[in-house]
Amino acid sequence: MANESWLWVLEERIPSVTKEGSATLDKLLTELKKQQWPDQDVFAVHLSLEEAIVNAILHGNSGDPEKQVEITFQVSETELRVEIIDEGSGFNPDTLPDPTADENLEKPSGRGVMLMRHYMDHVQYSKAGNQVVMVKKRS
Amino acid sequence: MADYRQISVTETDGVSVVRFNDQRILDAGSIQQLGEDLFQLVETEERDKLLLNFTDVEFLSSAALNRLIMLDKKVKESGGALKFCCICSGIMDVFAITRLDKHFEILDDEPAAVASF
Repeated sequence: MANESWLWVLEERIPSVTKEGSATLDKLLTELKKQQWPDQDVFAVHLSLEEAIVNAILHGNSGDPEKQVEITFQVSETELRVEIIDEGSGFNPDTLPDPTADENLEKPSGRGVMLMRHYMDHVQYSKAGNQVVMVKKRS
Repeated sequence: MADYRQISVTETDGVSVVRFNDQRILDAGSIQQLGEDLFQLVETEERDKLLLNFTDVEFLSSAALNRLIMLDKKVKESGGALKFCCICSGIMDVFAITRLDKHFEILDDEPAAVASF
């Protein structure tokens, strides 16, 4: 990944407001469509990043608009790399209960990280748990 | 007449058929409002046969799934039934990945879904 030749890069610091996150994400989706990424890839990226950005804003930064979220998108011909950092104290994604287990199916929580892991090729949280790096390979 | 912001509701053979005004049920504010609209159907209007028609819905986030689970619980508590129909393949995948396709009753088209209540 270090040798990727990025065609398009966007780095933004946004306040913890979900509309701001959606606006930043829309810039990436527009770029992916412009680069003619397949529809299923755009769907996967859209869903995963909406989850990750909302997590950073609402859970990481507790929706405090004084706190910032750093978002970096890097797009090459073959992949998208995303980095999202919030100011929260982080969490351990490995301790999340399996939302597909019978006993958890009716619980209204815990599906966001699962969907991110399904739709992206690589999802890695930092040790502190307030930074996530994701990669999506172009189909 | 009830005032909804995220949904429109029609009655067919005693079934309340709900359509979504947004193609993208993702934004947190929209999801909050969507939840309030849907809960109003059960709590205030006491509708007990609900069919959610997902025609034109292109995206659904986990927060929206959570609202649907909460709605299902409310409907069941009041002795009613909640069913879904007309879900596109992308959204159907989301239900399948989360195994919620086993939890909810999902039918292909609206007439069949209405008839199944």
